[in-house]
Formats: sequence, structure tokens, C-alpha cells
Amino acid sequence: MNKYEHSVYLDSEKCTGCTTCLKHCPTEAIRIKNHRAVINPERCIDCGECIRVCPHKAKKAVCSKLDAMDGFKWKIALPAPTLYGQFDNLEDVDSVLDGLYKLGFDDVFEVSAAAELVSAYTRIYLKSADVKKPAISSACPVVLRLIGLRFPSLSDNIIHLLPPMEVAARLARQRALKAHPELSERDIGVCFISPCPAKASYVKNGFADYKSAVDAVVPISDVYFQLISRMTRDGIEPKSHSGMIGIGWASSGGEATALFNNSYLAADGIDNVISVLDQIENGNIPPLEFIELNACTGGCVGGVLTMQNPFIAKARLQTIRRYLPVSRNQLTKEEQENLPESYLFDELPEYRPISRLSDSMSESLRMMSEIQSMKDILPGIDCGSCGAPSCRAFAEDVVTCRADMSSCVLMRNKELEELLLFHKEDGCGGSCADNSNDSK
Amino acid sequence: MSEALTFHYIVDGSDFTSAGQASVQVKKNLRQLGISPDVIRRISIAMYEGEINMVIHAGGGEADVSVTEDAVTIVLTDHGPGIKDIRLAMQEGYSTAPDNIRSLGFGAGMGLPNMKRYTDKMEIESEVGVGTTVRMVVNL
Repeated sequence: MNKYEHSVYLDSEKCTGCTTCLKHCPTEAIRIKNHRAVINPERCIDCGECIRVCPHKAKKAVCSKLDAMDGFKWKIALPAPTLYGQFDNLEDVDSVLDGLYKLGFDDVFEVSAAAELVSAYTRIYLKSADVKKPAISSACPVVLRLIGLRFPSLSDNIIHLLPPMEVAARLARQRALKAHPELSERDIGVCFISPCPAKASYVKNGFADYKSAVDAVVPISDVYFQLISRMTRDGIEPKSHSGMIGIGWASSGGEATALFNNSYLAADGIDNVISVLDQIENGNIPPLEFIELNACTGGCVGGVLTMQNPFIAKARLQTIRRYLPVSRNQLTKEEQENLPESYLFDELPEYRPISRLSDSMSESLRMMSEIQSMKDILPGIDCGSCGAPSCRAFAEDVVTCRADMSSCVLMRNKELEELLLFHKEDGCGGSCADNSNDSK
Repeated sequence: MSEALTFHYIVDGSDFTSAGQASVQVKKNLRQLGISPDVIRRISIAMYEGEINMVIHAGGGEADVSVTEDAVTIVLTDHGPGIKDIRLAMQEGYSTAPDNIRSLGFGAGMGLPNMKRYTDKMEIESEVGVGTTVRMVVNL
């Protein structure tokens, strides 16, 4: 298997080895070793929770800077709809788009416009007979990775439509080549202005056998100040091609409501997403057509690369959407006939049984019974001082030889107390006990 | 053959919101044992249904799961009212769930039939007024 490039890295100068990220990682991918957080790349799903919670700002997203676009002759910006929710008193989207041109982009293609096409195609997709229900949206890259890692039996439910960012990138490239025949593919650079670090790893690694048409993923928070200083209110030509549906994709439920089908569920926040997937796997949900899952609270507006609180951003988007047409990207009659190949992907996320203890079943059984008996001895308070997120995870680490029993602080304390007691009973009492307390 | 690995869970009948916890835990363990996703799915559906049944009808109970290289066995034991007519209870759609439970979306009468469908072997022993024991086996 190819090496997967993640989009989270650690600034080890800033990391104090506190247990905040350890405790929040939904896949238990983090351990603290030698006072620094270490991420297990096999388990990491790029959800960005550790970036969000780190009190020392030691966890960072691996993204590009705007100067990554310098080498391209024709620079295209793909603003995520979340970007529009970052500004106060924004009356229409055009001033954001205009600002992007002034920032040096030759063309701007709204991801929300592509999202409307994806919505239209999803409506058609759900009608085809061989679609496994409930169909799960493929838009959130974290969810795709999570399903591959933990819910392999649901990978058949994933909708085989490309996410709006990818569709936007392809359409933007086509538009550039058509308008400027003198350009070659390599002259064109596509830059996604992103709320989401997972999109960066998605672009770097490609997905399901195709290479992404995006060249650089730049955080919204990186372009924010440059952009805001170039934005004006007056004398702007209308440029936006997004309607209510497209901009609605930025928050949770927007993608689902665009299907005009009430049989849906929309969940956001990584813990909620995991619990919904667990329930689907147990067969414990009503019959539904469509499931929208967003790893971030509130949907993409809750991404870690944004400037604004997700709920405020959502409220602003509601104001912007209010007087827009429902959709400004409709399919022609012919386009409605069948799904174009260019919108589809074939391969599903590969199942990676990374939590497996051993390749052999008998060995796994032996290890797990060892884990169980060890868990009974451990203090069970999940303090994280050993560097593992819970006593259970620590027991797994010890049994799989990734940690040593002596890392448990409470166990060491207990040993020490027993030793003290032993000494007291032995008659050497007080002074001995004081000494060992001092030396601590 | 090596000794079976066992997991024991108390299914709390007084807390409806915690129903289904044991099956999530079992799922995690089975994943770590390297059991195939399809088999895990069958086991978790069967066990979930059983767990919910114990909470709805019997005020809770106990779940014992044992794993060997050949099979996963789930034994659910409760001291509830017992099942009068097991054959009738096994019919799809037959339900004695109270209205308040049905209004929550449970009690469609698919619990026992689903448990049978997703396992390789299922046995019910029940005595009215004493309790019920359901034993399910999924071969590996």
C-alpha cells in the first residue's frame, strides 16, 4: 500500500506532552511519548480534532500557502461556500469573488456552483435501482476514511459521486482550456480555499484511483486578512453563480435538504457521526434514503481552518442565501438522462483492519484475554499519564509490546506505598518514609 | 483447542438510553480479533436485538459472549416474565411491546426473527414467570 500523507503535524517545540489531544482523538491514534504527542498514521483520519483542542497550538495543518500558485500561468481559485460565512455584513457573494480576483487569481470557480450540480446528480443517482440504501454522502473526506477504518460493512453504501470540490476543479480546468486554447494543462493551477485540513490530504493522496484536479489547498484562515483588505462593496460586477442549495452545503443538513426527499438523516460532529454509523451497522435506524455525515460540528462551517465560530458563520450564510434563487446550476434534459463518467468514481475506500491485534486468530484470542486480565489490575481512572488515552488502550499497548507496564504512574505509586508499609512494619518507620517522599 | 475468550456484560434494564452499549463493545473486541466485517455485522445486529429485548421486556439481564477460533457464542439471560409461546414469538411482526416503547420506534416484532436470521444457530429456553435464556452461535 502506498504511504498515506496526512494533513496534521506536530510542532514539537510547542508540545508540552499534555493529554488534551490524547483524550479527544476519536480513533485513539495519539500517544504521548517522551513528553511529545505522537500520531499513529495508520489510525489517523485527519479529522482535525487535535488541531482544534490543542491549548498550545502545537498541532498544525499541513496545507499550502498562496505562493504555491506562483508557478502557474493561469491561476484558478475555488472558494468553499464556508468562506462566504466568514465576513460581517456581507450582502452578496460577489465582493468575496471580486476580492479573489484582486488577490491575483485569473479565474474563480465557486465550489457551491459545482455542489448544485452534485445535488442534481445525487437526486438522479438515488433513483437508480442498484443503489444500496441508505446511501451515504461521499463529500466529507474524514467520513470516507473513517468508514474504511472502522465500518467496512458500510463502504458499499457510499455514493459514488465525486465531491463538489473535485467537480469544481474539473469544470474550472475545462473552462480555462476552452477560453484560452493557448494554455496547456500544466499551465493551469487550481487552488481550493479550504475550511478543512482533510481536503489537503485528500488532494495529496488522490482518492479511489484518480488524481485530484486540485493543485493546492490553502486555509481560509491564511487568505482571510489579505482578502478582506481587498474586498469592496461598490461597483462590483455580478459574478456569483450560486443559489440557495450550493451555499447551503456549507452547513450540516444543506446537502440533504437539496435532495427534496424527506427520508434523510444529517449528523455532524465526529462523535455523532461514529454513533450514527454504529447504529446503521446494527440495523437500528428507520429505512432512509440518504445519510449526510460531517465530521465537523455544524458541517464545513465548523472546519478547523476557518476564522469564525460555526454557528455565527451559519447565521450569516442564512442571510446571504435568503434572496437567492433555489439553484443556479440546472441540468439540461440530456444531462438528466444519465450520470456522466466524469462525476463518478469506481473504487471504494479499502478496508484497513488496523485495530487487529495479530494476524493469527489464536494469537489474537490469547492477547485479548491478557488485555482483559491486565485491565482488571490497572487503576481504571483513564488519567492518560502513561501516554495512552485510557487504561484499556494502555493494556493493549503493553500486550502488543508498544508500552511498558512501568509507565503506569498509579501502579508505581502503589508499589511505593507497599514498600513503605513494608518498611514501617519492619520497624525502620518514619525517617525512611520521609526520605522517599522527599526524593520524589 | 485453546480456552474460549469470554466477555461478560450486565445489561441495565433501568436505563433505556444505555441499551445497545454491550453490542458496541463486542463489536470493537471482535474487530481487534480480526474477525471479518461481514460476520461482525451479523453478530452485532443479533446481539443488539437481544440486548434491546432484555431491556424492553425483562428489565435487563446479562450477556455472555465467548469466542473461540471456530465460533462466537452469545448467551443472553434474563429473569423477566418469560415467553408464553415461543413459536408465536418467532413470527415476524408479532410483538408484545408496550405502546410507550413502540412510540420510540422499537417493538416492530422483528427482534427474534432477526436474531435467528443473522446467526447460524439460535435456541430459546423460557419459563413464564422465571425468565428467558437465548443462546446464539455464529460460526467463523
